[in-house]
Amino acid sequence: MAYTEEELKKELETKEYEYGFYTDIESDTLPKGLNEDIVIAISKKKEEPYWMTEWRLEAFRAWQEMEEPEWANVKYKKPDFQDISYYSAPNKKPKYNSLDEVDPELLETFKKLGISVDEQKKLAGVAVDIVMDSVSVATTFKKTLAEKGIIFCSISEAIQEHPELVKKYLGSVVPQKDNFYAALNSAVFSDGSFCYIPKGVRCPMELSTYFRINQAGTGQFERTLVVAEEGSYVSYLEGCTAPMRDENQLHAAVVELIALDNAEIKYSTVQNWYPGNSEGKGGVFNFVTKRGLCEKNAKISWTQVETGSAVTWKYPSCILKGDNSIGEFYSIAVTNNFQQADTGTKMVHLGKNTKSTIISKGISAGQSQNSYRGLVQVNSRAENARNFSQCDSLLMGNRCGAHTFPYIEVKNKTAQIEHEATTSKIGEDQIFYCNQRGIDTEKAIALIVNGFSKEVLNKLPMEFAVEAQKLLEISLEGSVG
Amino acid sequence: MLEIKNLHASVEDKEILKGINLKVNAGEVHAIMGPNGSGKSTLAEVIAGQEEFEVGEGSILLEGEDLGELSPEERAHKGVFLSFQYPVEIPGVSVTNFMKTAINESRKAKGLEDMPANEMLKKIREKSEMLEIDRKFLSRSLNEGFSGGEKKRNEIFQMAMMEPKLAILDETDSGLDIDALRIVANGVNKLRGKDNAIIVITHYQRLLEYIVPDFVHVLHNGKIVKSGTKELALELEEKGYDWLKEDAVV
Repeated sequence: MAYTEEELKKELETKEYEYGFYTDIESDTLPKGLNEDIVIAISKKKEEPYWMTEWRLEAFRAWQEMEEPEWANVKYKKPDFQDISYYSAPNKKPKYNSLDEVDPELLETFKKLGISVDEQKKLAGVAVDIVMDSVSVATTFKKTLAEKGIIFCSISEAIQEHPELVKKYLGSVVPQKDNFYAALNSAVFSDGSFCYIPKGVRCPMELSTYFRINQAGTGQFERTLVVAEEGSYVSYLEGCTAPMRDENQLHAAVVELIALDNAEIKYSTVQNWYPGNSEGKGGVFNFVTKRGLCEKNAKISWTQVETGSAVTWKYPSCILKGDNSIGEFYSIAVTNNFQQADTGTKMVHLGKNTKSTIISKGISAGQSQNSYRGLVQVNSRAENARNFSQCDSLLMGNRCGAHTFPYIEVKNKTAQIEHEATTSKIGEDQIFYCNQRGIDTEKAIALIVNGFSKEVLNKLPMEFAVEAQKLLEISLEGSVG
Repeated sequence: MLEIKNLHASVEDKEILKGINLKVNAGEVHAIMGPNGSGKSTLAEVIAGQEEFEVGEGSILLEGEDLGELSPEERAHKGVFLSFQYPVEIPGVSVTNFMKTAINESRKAKGLEDMPANEMLKKIREKSEMLEIDRKFLSRSLNEGFSGGEKKRNEIFQMAMMEPKLAILDETDSGLDIDALRIVANGVNKLRGKDNAIIVITHYQRLLEYIVPDFVHVLHNGKIVKSGTKELALELEEKGYDWLKEDAVV
């Protein structure tokens, strides 16, 4: 029998989070709470140089003066920042040269996630740097990359090994005081990734990192810094899953991209943090600051597939500083049950002949709220700037919401700005049409959603696109109204 | 092939089909005609399993098997095909991808493997040539921005691909100019065979000049009020439906 609306709703609500399990690995965890001593302790644990400790303290002092922002179209109980432990690391050090040396329980975790590290290693052209509870435990393909002069390592390692690069670029796009969560991240970030592509080098493989929150009550504060020197190219993939939790977990990452003259950075994300249960209990709070800087003729593309988190607050942005630079944002955001997402981008046109493209696809089901918030800003000196924005929303059922908040600020009359928006619903007539051709309701929804999202899915690297399609299906199984 | 016995169907407590009896044998083409609101499209959708309608009394048998408890997709797997009067758009899903999914889902239901890609491509090429369909058309999003004629031709293309036992063509002629009508009708005629059956639902006799039926039935107020051969269609063309409506009261 085909589904009735009621049956679908029931099935949707009872759908358990697929990756809800917990790995029991001994952890080295700092006491809960946040003050200058904790910031210093984190820095010390990571054996950081003096300048880094000072940098963190500066951020912390700024953060203390800041208010948590409230403008986003989301409602949640604010985290108690004194009730969070700001550092935890898998205990078994030192680092490993090969995956065989890695804690078998950790490898088991990856297997459950369907991210077989062994397979990942074999996958042609994918280097994996795994961030497990804030500390990198395995880095592969490093040697191949080193031959090209590419640096791909944890940010902690970069602070030790390449202090001049980190000092030069860290905070150059997202300053410590940029916003509440960025300041918090700057003060307490525990780890993350660093990537440096030398002048004229085309990175021969997709760089990939898997993030995972693992300790109860431990916030995760990732810091990612990607620097592409003149004329270089890199494609960076980021994917996350998190285990089931009852209390809310805070995730406040900062990603900075720097594309120097003629460089190109492609940054792709598949995000699947635990979204909370069907009653809206639990789930990850994801407050992320992502921003890229484009110098002359440079290009930055953000592609994201957001299916998880209880609350998402995320605006991957491009500062188009150099003439002829290009910024792109391709996004699919899925919300179900009680999830709330307020996501979009900022395209800031400073240079002449700068171009930006925004394609945003929001899919809402259950009682979720899905907002697109985007700013297109054209500076007075940005002659001939161009922007094209397209925001499409797909609704399932009558209890969810889709919202669009486009902001356009233009100070140069040569600018050309286009904005298109649509809202549609998966219709019962579409489902019946598919059913009549022998396609069951579940498969029909997957087909329709994939069609709706196609322009964005096409922007993802091949292996990631397959994973993203699966995620879309899992997140929306059986939802139609 | 198909046997409908005393079929009653209603929507929101309003009875639309009031006891339909119809028998269609393999190799036959039946036309169902009738004025607006007589229940023609309802009959088509009820056979296909549209759950909007409440089926009260009566039964629908396909090759002796009662379809009553089967979902629309299960009926499709058994070989029921409906060419829609208003085909829906599915943006971002190409005609080819849609057909590939449909065929493989039906195969899966029968315990078969996916159709090999080269076989699928060959079939697509054959059927699109038969229906004079430009290959470029097949990579377009399903029905999105299609003209009326393109939509209907696409329905018949899908019919050719699915190779159903029982095809129901719901107002396939509406919205077609004479050239498109000829192409669609030629396509349908090529798909006629001794092992399948076709039900053509139409307002006008025009389509029946191209797709010549073995039997014609007139539906009025939820019942078949008259059945005959193809000459009946001509008579209807000439006299309209009113004389039958009066008969129906009796």
